[in-house]
Amino acid sequence: MFAFLNAHGSELITKTWEQLYISAIALALGVIVAVPLGILLTRFPKTAKVVIGIASMLQTVPSLALLALMIPLFGIGTVPAIVALFIYSLLPILRNTYIGMEDVDPVLIDAAKGMGMTAMQSIRQVEVPLAMPVIMAGIRLSAIYVIAWATLASYIGAGGLGDLIFNGLNLYQPDLIIGGTIPVTILALVIDWLLGRLEYHLTPVSERT
Amino acid sequence: MPEEQPMVQFKDVEKVYRGENVAVEHIDLEIHKGEFVCLIGTSGSGKTTTMRMINRMLEPSGGQILFNGKDIHKIDAVKLRRQIGYVIQNIGLMPHMTIYENITIVPKLLKWPEEKRRKKAKELMDLVELPEDYLDRYPSELSGGQQQRIGVIRALAANQDLILMDEPFGALDPITREALQELIKNLQEKLGKTVVFVTHDMDEALKLATKIVVMDHGHIIQNATPTELLTHPANKFVENLVGQDRLVKARADVTTVEQIMLKNPAAITPGKSLAEAISLMRNRRVDTLLVTDDENHLKGSIDLESLGTRYQSATSVGDITKSSIFYVNKNALLRDTADRILKRGFKYVPVVDNDQKLVGIVTRASLVDAVYDTIWGENEDDQASDSAKESATPTDQEPATDSAAADDRDAPKEV
Ligand SMILES: Nc1ncnc2c1ncn2[C@@H]1O[C@H](COP(=O)(O)OP(=O)(O)OP(=O)(O)O)[C@@H](O)[C@H]1O
Ligand SMILES: [Mg+2]
Repeated sequence: MFAFLNAHGSELITKTWEQLYISAIALALGVIVAVPLGILLTRFPKTAKVVIGIASMLQTVPSLALLALMIPLFGIGTVPAIVALFIYSLLPILRNTYIGMEDVDPVLIDAAKGMGMTAMQSIRQVEVPLAMPVIMAGIRLSAIYVIAWATLASYIGAGGLGDLIFNGLNLYQPDLIIGGTIPVTILALVIDWLLGRLEYHLTPVSERT
Repeated sequence: MPEEQPMVQFKDVEKVYRGENVAVEHIDLEIHKGEFVCLIGTSGSGKTTTMRMINRMLEPSGGQILFNGKDIHKIDAVKLRRQIGYVIQNIGLMPHMTIYENITIVPKLLKWPEEKRRKKAKELMDLVELPEDYLDRYPSELSGGQQQRIGVIRALAANQDLILMDEPFGALDPITREALQELIKNLQEKLGKTVVFVTHDMDEALKLATKIVVMDHGHIIQNATPTELLTHPANKFVENLVGQDRLVKARADVTTVEQIMLKNPAAITPGKSLAEAISLMRNRRVDTLLVTDDENHLKGSIDLESLGTRYQSATSVGDITKSSIFYVNKNALLRDTADRILKRGFKYVPVVDNDQKLVGIVTRASLVDAVYDTIWGENEDDQASDSAKESATPTDQEPATDSAAADDRDAPKEV
């Protein structure tokens, strides 16, 4: 254990950072795109079915294949990895945002409108706060996917903890495999916990469970 | 106030859902400042639809609605809604906002400063007798009745003059309901708010409204004050909606004794001999005669019994007249008279005018007729009093109904 840390300690830190960095950007992009899109889709229920259908289809593309498909488009390195992970992050966030918004009691939306809120005010002050737990659940799910799959990004030269794991596989060094896997798991757990804290603060007091 | 411009005016308004489903049609309605207008009718009759067109929650498919004389179509919908208080059917408090935040939604939208909002919220809590520290609670921490109160004051927070309420007290126990009815009636009477109120409950409408609008199948069937509605229901539908027991009570409430009394009671003057009295009784087939002086002032009565026992000693009607006699004024309400006759067991009550002159008589029989006509009579407006008047001008074939003691019509008379 100590020997492993001595030999690979600094590498471990860099690779963990890379993993985090790729995942965070992919997830952030996912949130920026999927949350507003999900909200927008609640205004166009017919389009919503189509869009969510497409997102589900993308989700079924095997991750390795999706990464490989990125190469002709973006070459190799961090960018194609982030794009691929971003695509994966979309569906859970999109679907949960849509469902969360749809689930807001229509009576409340009607009340908001009846009191003279504009559509935007109703979304920001009523619908999004009430849908927040469901939206956050989607984001947390996406975060775990993205962190886990970021390991594969090493295949297209994006770095990350995948480098350790694939090295271990190639060189038959189980300690490298384990040494790469454990940080991924820890990273996922830590991020999930952090997002949990964020969710707690974003959720209106009365809606916290 | 016919000169005054109505606050809300519907002009031949109709609403058609999805091009085929006609929800309301030919709606002409004026709502004046300070009025309490109840929309009442069966489920699906278009009450909510009518109400929601006022604040442009629904757009009319035809016709025109004016708000303070201005076509609401020309008013920005959001601005319009901030001017009109709205209490929706299910209260609709925001569960994620505190009571304070809930109450001050519209003031906040109108960008009132914080202190002004806080002050208003406290004032309103006072109004509904809820403690101020509830302002920091969430709606789920309040009872149903308390939530309903918040729903009502939320609609007042921005000093709206017009308040729309869609069955706001539907799911409450009778006591809480009554308290809230009291509250909202006070708002209308004391603060001069104009209220449009949808309800299913006729008692509620009769209690609160200054004007009741009865709707059925998307049409306004009748638009009248509560009293008019009770005394002159427009048709069978309104009658059913109001309910027979309320109609009977209402008619008794406004019918005067004069309307149902029999007009030619058997009467005699004190100077007449007993023989004359007996022959009059015989002619009129009654056992009691009212005694009046020459100017027709009511003096008392004589009955067959005293006539029989004192036939030897007395000579004139005046000698045996019982002067203590219960009578009513012709303008007295039937309701009160009926009560007395029934409770005290009078067989009849003479009716006098303001000068104590005998003008008629109410018997148990005429009372029965009056009640019978109210319940079973046709829909014609004045059926009850009309038929009562008819029986007050009797024909010779029906001597009993014009008698002073017509309730005895079945008893054999030994004269
Ligand atoms: N959004 C809608 N789409 C189609 N039809 C509707 C819609 N809303 C109401 N209707 C129809 O319009 C008619 C009037 O409905 P409305 O809600 O005004 O009735 P209401 O008098 O308020 O009834 P209730 O007492 O049950 O609340 C009904 O026949 C109803 O089915
Ligand atoms: Mg309704």
